[in-house]
Amino acid sequence: MIGSFFRVAWHVMRKDLTVEVRSKEVLLTTLFFAVSVVLVFSFAIVREGRAPDDVAAGILWVAVSFSGTLAMARTFERERYNDTLRALLLAPSDRPAIYAGKLLGLLVLLALVEIVLVPLIGLLFNAPVLAYPGRLAALLALGTLGFAAVGTLFAAMLVRVRSRDTLLPVLLYPITIPVMIAGVRGTAALFQATPDLPMAQFWIGLLVFWDVIFITLALWTFEPVMTE
Amino acid sequence: MRFSRLLLLLLVLAPAGWPAAVHARQPPPQSEFLPVSDIPEGEQIPAFTMVGGAYGFVWVVLLGYVWSIARRLQKVEAELTALERRGQ
Amino acid sequence: MTRLNPVLIGLSAVMLGVAPWIINAAPYESTMGLVQKIFYFHFPAAILFLIAALICGVASAMFLFGKKASADGWAIAAAELGLVFGTLTLVTGPLWARKAWGVWWVWDPRLTSSLLLWMIFSAYLLLRRYGGPGSDKLAAGMALFGMANVPFIYVSVNVWRTLHPQTSVVPTLPTDMGIPLWFCFAAFTMLFVALLNLRARLEHQRSRVEALYLAEDEA
Repeated sequence: MIGSFFRVAWHVMRKDLTVEVRSKEVLLTTLFFAVSVVLVFSFAIVREGRAPDDVAAGILWVAVSFSGTLAMARTFERERYNDTLRALLLAPSDRPAIYAGKLLGLLVLLALVEIVLVPLIGLLFNAPVLAYPGRLAALLALGTLGFAAVGTLFAAMLVRVRSRDTLLPVLLYPITIPVMIAGVRGTAALFQATPDLPMAQFWIGLLVFWDVIFITLALWTFEPVMTE
Repeated sequence: MRFSRLLLLLLVLAPAGWPAAVHARQPPPQSEFLPVSDIPEGEQIPAFTMVGGAYGFVWVVLLGYVWSIARRLQKVEAELTALERRGQ
Repeated sequence: MTRLNPVLIGLSAVMLGVAPWIINAAPYESTMGLVQKIFYFHFPAAILFLIAALICGVASAMFLFGKKASADGWAIAAAELGLVFGTLTLVTGPLWARKAWGVWWVWDPRLTSSLLLWMIFSAYLLLRRYGGPGSDKLAAGMALFGMANVPFIYVSVNVWRTLHPQTSVVPTLPTDMGIPLWFCFAAFTMLFVALLNLRARLEHQRSRVEALYLAEDEA
């Protein structure tokens, strides 16, 4: 039972990534968008090589959430365009496993985007990104997981709905604000002139808690919501 | 399945107990807000305007909402009776 | 039940009309003076705002997992009332805060979580309105996430600071202040129940109209 769940999730993820490796469409567009978001902010905010305190953490997370929304909308748009989501859902497998596979594929993409984003933030905003690499990676991984867990569910729900492009951010941002708060505050605690490690630790713990809730809720609602 | 739902419910309800736990490690609150009397004379707004404004706003919103529901309900019920008559 | 609604609305309208005199008779709060009287409207609106969130979440869960079609009407009714009472809370709150704290708005846990909850209600209603066919299930899923969210937002903002008075103040109020408070609370609650009832009926009648049109098309 558990074995088949992971096998299905693995196959769905591999399918998504194979398509992506061939076209590179989502990765390249998302990456370019994320970089331009950071650049726009740096033009607007950085003066003489210095940015106000705490700004770098905020912009890092704004870029992650903007480009994440773009990526999840695109991956599901591809399924809708080819009408393959129906085929996926008709397959004799657990629906939650399909959700998990989609989520994993999205996470791989976003991880690649973040690998480019973090050094860029360090460069443009003078943020000490290498001071605590382990904690920063934990914050990014957990925050992206919580954000993408809700986003994958909502993007899947919206596939059949009119005006899905505008509705996805409208629904997603209010719900994922706690994750954003934790991500931004935790990262800001690491980027400060005198890093506040207990604070960062606290936000990492809170993120674990949220991720558990969000993923459980998403696995639980995916089945009834995707049934026609 | 039933058990997993119960577990989820517990998980969802658990954070209700969190604020207390968080309070313990919270730094002492900073007071960056001025008491009213310290605000310069020119920025003071008479309390009466505020209270009157609040009451007026509550009244207007509630009346408007009652009116909007009544109108929508009337429209739908008229449509319903027309449809039912046509069906018979 | 249907006949009760106009009675409830009329009674609460009278009570809300009389309320200013009753509130005026209550003693002045020593530090805040006149502006504290906003509290008599602010507190009931805020409590009913949270109750609406609870009703919306429970009804959505019943619709999604219990396959109860009528629960959907209650969910949308509760969401709309939540938006109305949330607006009242969020507008009367800053009017009071400007006088009491000297600022219109602070990022205090309770204020932030109220604003977020209000945004979730708005997003829910936007989805219901513009989602088109099939959006009812999605909206129910969204409502579930929204309800689970509220305590989290509260916790996360709590790490900064709390300025808002604790709710535990309310039972300890002197009776002279307690009577007008419960008077207003009763008026608001009656209005809330009646409006919830009417709004749910509106939704149920709408689905009946739709079913009739469908039946006509098939005939």
